[in-house]
Amino acid sequence: MEVVLRELTKKFPGRGRKNRGEVTAVDRMDLEIPDGSLVGLLGPSGCGKSTVLNLISGLLGPTEGRILFGEEDVTLLPPEKRGIGLVFQNYALYPHMTVKQNILFPLENLKGKARPSREEMLKKAEEAAKLVQIDGLMDRKPSELSGGQQQRVAIARALVKRPQVLLLDEPLSNLDARLRIQTREEIRRIQRETKITTVFVTHDQEEAMSISDLIVVMREGVVQQTGRPQEVYDSPDNLFVAKFLGTPPINVFCGRVRDHRLYIGEEAVLPADGVSDAEVYVGVRPEGFRLCETGPLSCSLDRVEVMGRDVSVISENAASVNAVVRSIVGAESGLTEALLSGPKGREVRFALVPHKVFLFDRETEQRIFRGEH
Amino acid sequence: MDRKSLNGNLTGWLYLLPALLFLGVFMVYPLIDVFIYSFEEGYNSASQTYFGVGGYNYAYVLRDPYFLQAVKNTFLLVAVTVPLSTGIALLISVGLHSIGPLRRFLQTVYFLPYVTNTLAVGMVFMILFRKTAYSDGLVNLLITWFGGESVDFIDGPYWAKMSVLCLYTIWVVMPFKILILTSALASVDPVYYRAAQVDGTSKFRTFMRITLPMISPMIFYLVITGFIGAFKAYSDVVALFGTDLNAAGMNTIVGYVYDMLYGDSGGYPSYASAAAIILFAIVFTITCVNLLVSGHRMRR
Repeated sequence: MEVVLRELTKKFPGRGRKNRGEVTAVDRMDLEIPDGSLVGLLGPSGCGKSTVLNLISGLLGPTEGRILFGEEDVTLLPPEKRGIGLVFQNYALYPHMTVKQNILFPLENLKGKARPSREEMLKKAEEAAKLVQIDGLMDRKPSELSGGQQQRVAIARALVKRPQVLLLDEPLSNLDARLRIQTREEIRRIQRETKITTVFVTHDQEEAMSISDLIVVMREGVVQQTGRPQEVYDSPDNLFVAKFLGTPPINVFCGRVRDHRLYIGEEAVLPADGVSDAEVYVGVRPEGFRLCETGPLSCSLDRVEVMGRDVSVISENAASVNAVVRSIVGAESGLTEALLSGPKGREVRFALVPHKVFLFDRETEQRIFRGEH
Repeated sequence: MDRKSLNGNLTGWLYLLPALLFLGVFMVYPLIDVFIYSFEEGYNSASQTYFGVGGYNYAYVLRDPYFLQAVKNTFLLVAVTVPLSTGIALLISVGLHSIGPLRRFLQTVYFLPYVTNTLAVGMVFMILFRKTAYSDGLVNLLITWFGGESVDFIDGPYWAKMSVLCLYTIWVVMPFKILILTSALASVDPVYYRAAQVDGTSKFRTFMRITLPMISPMIFYLVITGFIGAFKAYSDVVALFGTDLNAAGMNTIVGYVYDMLYGDSGGYPSYASAAAIILFAIVFTITCVNLLVSGHRMRR
């Protein structure tokens, strides 16, 4: 089922004596979610992503704008008539019911013709449980399950009615790091198998990047950029998106363009064809640095971190907006040995990889240039 | 046990000592004493003498028509007021929980009877129900106004007196139950209601399948304490029917114990002790049954 948001706006009344003004949680959001895709709504806390999810689910009504499921306008429909499944951040499994009772619960609510027979219900619950691989735990209580298992039960409960749209609110935030990676693969698999249009909310960019067909980056209720994960990573529309995506985060320098050349400090680091002279922010991805003794960018070495396959060189540069410049260089690079033994504060020089470098307008923070591949 | 933990234990016991002494002197010792009294036949508290030891006190009490009447009254009171007051309190709490404005104000109003003196409330009930030479009371006024027969609720037929007593008891115990239940309802995480809403659960089913099970520990707590409280009813009855409860036929078990000790027919501590032990046995049994039932339901 294709989901379309048109000019969607949600304002909350101000709370308390001091704060009388309205809060705009979602501001004129337009979004088209193709049928059968997995979409990650991504943004920092308080950016309105959960509100969007609640608007799609119908738990909240929009102040303005419309929500379409396919051809049908569902803006005014209550949640139970929208054909959605919703998985809550803390799963909201009914603690006094067994796994089986939890999964059966939505089916038992059906009335009249839509209500399946008892055998059908059990069969459907069994199918949903098999899909998320918890069919051996049907008689347990939620409190007897691990976080990951509870998560699966919550997904099974959301899927048992065969919803047209599956919504997941921060599905992985309550899991430990290892389980998180496992569960996100699982969500991807379940989504592929069921082909249900799925929207999930997360503040973890890695999570969104790893499994989404499409990511939507939001900030303060406004969509910053929508696109395939790698596209958004490779060509962020503005400084916020560039900073939000990627671990370790992008390095930002204050720089300027003179005569079609990009300067960081006094050093001309890259050609910047087609950009008129301006003060800019320079974003360089950590993997956009190459250790090179004749490189144009000089920094003062702080330390070297060796973590498995990656070697991070942490250095300082006067023009850097961040406290340190973090660059990732391959472990095979022969220079690391020398660096590791070198004294703190010695000079390291980098060459920049052009397509990992973005220029942003100092005022608008919009991207004005990206290096050639 | 090594020295250090022994010292730690000693300190712990020392902290507990005042409370233990107090409980021992005023709770445990009297309980044992009453138990002993109940088997001493013809005990005289002035001369501290008794004729013999045996079950005669129990035999007497269990044959005493006043005691049997008191047991009947008490059981009737318990059977009517505990379920009714808990049920009505639940309805009111759900109502209070679901309204927005005036909620705090109404919560206060519903809690007022709790801080009102029993005897003062008794006075008000007298005005409402009592027949005097000058007036039939407010309730009778209403009954006759609607074409009914006026009834003497305080000195009249048994059912009339009993219904006033039940009404009074329910009214008095309600505020505490409402207080507990509103806080229990407020403690249910609203996310469950949202989940139920997305699943298309009807209001009634949400209440029965989600709200009730989640607040059931509190309901069981109220039922258990309600049973105990109702079995110990006395002051409410006095407030309504005066101190000569045997004559009014409205005595309770605790009232009977009191009468045996201090009433017109007083001076019989042995009978009083036997009656008190019987009451203890009843309350103990019923509480055990309650705990078994609720424990079974919890584990389910």
